[in-house]
Amino acid sequence: MAEAIRLTYEISPDDFTRAGEASSDVKKKLKSLGVPPEAVRKVSIAMYEGEINMVIHAKGGLITVEISPDQILMILADKGPGIPDIDQAMQAGWSTAPNEIRSLGFGAGMGLPNMKKYTDEMTIDTVIGKGTTITMIVKI
Amino acid sequence: MKVQDLIDKQIFHVVNSGDDTGREITGVFCCDLLSIAMGKAPADSAWVTVMGNINTIAVATLADVSCVIMAEGAALDEVARAKAKQQGVAVLATEEPVFDAALKIYQELHG
Ligand SMILES: Nc1ncnc2c1ncn2[C@@H]1O[C@H](COP(=O)(O)OP(=O)(O)OP(=O)(O)O)[C@@H](O)[C@H]1O
Ligand SMILES: [Mg+2]
Repeated sequence: MAEAIRLTYEISPDDFTRAGEASSDVKKKLKSLGVPPEAVRKVSIAMYEGEINMVIHAKGGLITVEISPDQILMILADKGPGIPDIDQAMQAGWSTAPNEIRSLGFGAGMGLPNMKKYTDEMTIDTVIGKGTTITMIVKI
Repeated sequence: MKVQDLIDKQIFHVVNSGDDTGREITGVFCCDLLSIAMGKAPADSAWVTVMGNINTIAVATLADVSCVIMAEGAALDEVARAKAKQQGVAVLATEEPVFDAALKIYQELHG
């Protein structure tokens, strides 16, 4: 793996039956590339939480994954409402998920904390009314 | 204990035996909230839950648990069942409450 491998996924809004497919695909590819299981698991968890958030809280978007020999870079860009208070959103337990979403098991307010916990670097760029871009790196 | 060993004990019904019944189960974890399970369920654990939609199967795959145990007689819905087959996730089921189901696995693991 000399050069970086680049994967892109369109995430469609409000489709819970497909949510998680991009993350599952990345997991499969990382496994087959021989990336260590611990790194694969971190990427899988962080990317799934981000992917699901794009489905629930934004209007879908685009995920780009770049696999290099020493790290995996994930960029999750949506055109949703943006996050008014990032510190609050990052708090364990904070959630604005509506009831019908909670009845599916979401809404613990642990998605963003999980993304932080399972990545080595994470930055959130958000503009109210324009969208959110979350960049995450897992080192191999 | 392997997934196959747990199946052979006939404590639980088999909903889907999955792709790798030779996989080790090294612990047990209970929670219905998906992102708590995602963040806290150890890899290779048996995950006991009553939440049976497609997201359960996605979390099971990505958090890399050994199997899912549906407790309280909770069912996997049709879409989730198809997904479990497709992804090769082992799913077992029981009428028993979450704690009792988890305790049985714990006892099998720790004697
Ligand atoms: N991409 C996004 N666009 C807009 N708001 C977001 C986005 N991601 C997260 N948020 C906001 O941050 C809050 C916290 O997100 P987090 O993922 O931690 O919890 P949650 O999605 O509500 O529940 P869960 O525990 O199921 O992930 C959300 O409830 C939502 O208000
Ligand atoms: Mg979330």
